[in-house]
This record gives sequence, C-alpha cells and structure tokens, in this order.
Amino acid sequence: MCLAVPGRVCELYQEAGLRVAAVEFGGVRRRVCIETLPGVAAGSWVLVHAGVALQELDARAAEESLRLLAEAARSGGGS
Amino acid sequence: MRFIDEYRDPQLAAALVDTILRRTRRSWTIMEVCGGQTHCILEHGLDALLEERVTLLHGPGCPVCVTPLETLDRALALVERGAVLCSFGDMLRVPGSRGDLLGARARGGEVRVVYSPFDAVRLAAERPARPVVFLAVGFETTAPAVAAATRWAHARRLENFFLLASHVRVPPALEAIAAAPESRVEAFLSAGHVCTVMGTGEYEPIARRHHLPIVATGFEPVDLLEGIAMAVAQLESGAARVEIQYRRAVRPGGNPAARALVEEVFEVVDRPWRGIGVVPRGGLALRDRYAAFDALRAFPGLASDVAREPAECRAGDVLRGALRPPACPEFGRTCTPEHPLGAPMVSSEGACAAYYHHRAAGGPT
Repeated sequence: MCLAVPGRVCELYQEAGLRVAAVEFGGVRRRVCIETLPGVAAGSWVLVHAGVALQELDARAAEESLRLLAEAARSGGGS
Repeated sequence: MRFIDEYRDPQLAAALVDTILRRTRRSWTIMEVCGGQTHCILEHGLDALLEERVTLLHGPGCPVCVTPLETLDRALALVERGAVLCSFGDMLRVPGSRGDLLGARARGGEVRVVYSPFDAVRLAAERPARPVVFLAVGFETTAPAVAAATRWAHARRLENFFLLASHVRVPPALEAIAAAPESRVEAFLSAGHVCTVMGTGEYEPIARRHHLPIVATGFEPVDLLEGIAMAVAQLESGAARVEIQYRRAVRPGGNPAARALVEEVFEVVDRPWRGIGVVPRGGLALRDRYAAFDALRAFPGLASDVAREPAECRAGDVLRGALRPPACPEFGRTCTPEHPLGAPMVSSEGACAAYYHHRAAGGPT
C-alpha cells in the first residue's frame, strides 16, 4: 500500500482551489496534488503515492549513492 | 524507470550480498516493517542469499493487515446503509466477520475502487445526493493524501463526503515490538516512504532505548541489500544509530508541508493494531475541526459493532514476526489467496501472500 512511483512534473494548475500538477510516469500523464510541495516546478522529479506528491526526488543523492556502490563493487569492498 | 531501474542492478546486488556475508561474524536478526519490502525480499530471494548470516523477520508492514476487523465490518455496514464506499483495491477481498466488500458489491452495494482519496472527493461533488465514504486505511505514507483530500472537501463545503479513518503510525508499533520480552529483533529496516513523509526523528529514542540500529530503507533489491549492509555494519561494531539508506527520497525532517497537513487534519490517538493489540499513540483520528467528515459520527450505531477474529487464523503471530507464514498449519491448505482466512493472505502486501506467490513450497501442491 505504501508503493510510491517516481514521475516528472509537466505543468502546474489549480482544480477547484487545489494545487495540482500533471505528472508523467513513463509516458502516462496523471493529475497529482502538490499541496505537499510548495516549491515544486515543472521538470522536477517527484515521488507520488495515492494521488499526492510525497517528496521531490534528490537526483544528486541518487547519483552519489549509486557511484559509491559501483566503486565498492569494483573494488570488492562494499559499503 | 528512472530512480527505480538502477536499484535492480544484479552486479551491485551481488557485491552487496558478498559484503554482507564477509562482514558478518555471527548471525543477526533484522526485521523489515513494510509489505513492499517483504515482497521484494521474497521475490528476489534475498533471504535465501543471506541465509545463516542474516535472518529477516517480517513485521507488521501491511496497513491492510493490521486494520481491525471492526473497520471492515463498519465499511460493510455503510454499504448496506446506502453509502457509496470508496476504497483502495487492496481492501476489497479482505474478509470481515460477515464477508468482504466484493461480496457487498455483488449484492448490489456501491463499492468503488479509487486510485486516490481525491477521486472520492470528486465523486462526492458529482453526486451531492449520495453519501460518499472513503475507507482511509494506511500508514503515514497515505495520511498526507487523505489529509489534503479532507481539507479540499472542507474548502468546497461538501456535506456528503466522509472518512472511515483507520490510519496507523509506524514508530509506536516498532516500540511495542522492540519492548516485547520475547522480541528477537536486533535491528529494524524502517519503511522508506513512511520516513519520506515523517523523517527519522521519531526513531531516535527507539534506537537509543533498545540499543537497535534502525535504517530507513527503500524498496528495490539494491536498496534492501544496502540497508541490510548498513544495519549489519552497525551490529558488528556495536552501534545503534538511525541511518538513512533511501537518501534520494528521505530527509531527516521528512516533508514539512506534508507533516503540517497531517497535523492540521489528524490528531494522534491510541489505536488497536490487529495482531499487536492497542498501540499507545499508534493511530490518527480526525481533529474536532474536521469531525463533520467522520463517518462514525454521521452514521450513528456503527461504532458499537464488535468483531471477533477467526480462531484458526494466526495473522497476529505472523504480524509480530513470531510465526513464518509457511509454518502456519492452515497455510496453502484451508487458507489461500482465493479463499483467505485472514488479511495477510489476500492483501497485495501481506506476508502470507508473499510466501504463497514467491515460494514454490507455498504454492498449491
């Protein structure tokens, strides 16, 4: 039930007073509430659960952790 | 898909397995508390890869499974009393004491599967003459969506939208498990998306009090193995800290705007968890300001129903990590996903369903 899916914000708008965004998930667009992310902008990657954006994804943290894991794998060390 | 596929890389996973096996000097017992993680562990056989070094116990990580039977019985009663009941799909086949929601729909009741609580609000706006009830089940992950939808219904002055709210909070349940005298848990992997919303602050006192490492962990195989590696590194060195593995989605303070929304709409209450009992501060209830949306107030008489759990179902032991599903005498015999005795066999995140679907021994013989 806690499944959340990453998607990219395409455009921001309002629906009857609710702040929403069109978010694209692998080619499919869905309407997502963004009351939870006041600073979000078009182009951001967000994590969506039950129609609401839970958090903006941190691309830099993702790249860094993958780089460290890959280095550890190459050196046979591990994290 | 970006942010997911990279964390299914077999080479990274193999290197992490190797690290864990080399670094463990004794066997450790780690509990994950998220049904999505349980399914990933069993689907990819992570437990088998780490066998003899790390025992993975599956905690009460499935909100559907810990929802008390009474909640489901109340949902069924609401359908019989003419409400349009909106629910996530997971709840439809969970057995109540008098059948399930799918059966109620077959008998002519209006039960709708929705993708989000906002869809239930939209439905209420379209059909002002019918009461529309959203069955609000879930962990802290789901609470911001329900809080935002409730506030939206309030702003739109909808008088026919209600919540049957049975939200639960994870940290108090971890505290209850860690404090139990029979507990074998030596470290927790805490559920990534719960921490995405709430952050990790609530776990600090639990880690300190019980001297347990707690690692906020993601949902893909590489995430889980890295979370286990981090927990093992702490266990081997005698540390007991809260750490974040799932850094792309979890900040120590969580999401402040989402937390503020939940705080505005809900208050913390004691709540019975199926299989664990009443967990102090273990649930969320609507605040007085939003009490008009409470289905229990709008439909008097629902609250008095008392449900008894079926004696043959050992879901409680499974949810506490005290019984592995395949060791249950009913598993795969009288209890299957087609004819479940309890929620963990039918919920998409239930531990019994995970063993049934991913282990040959658990399948039909």
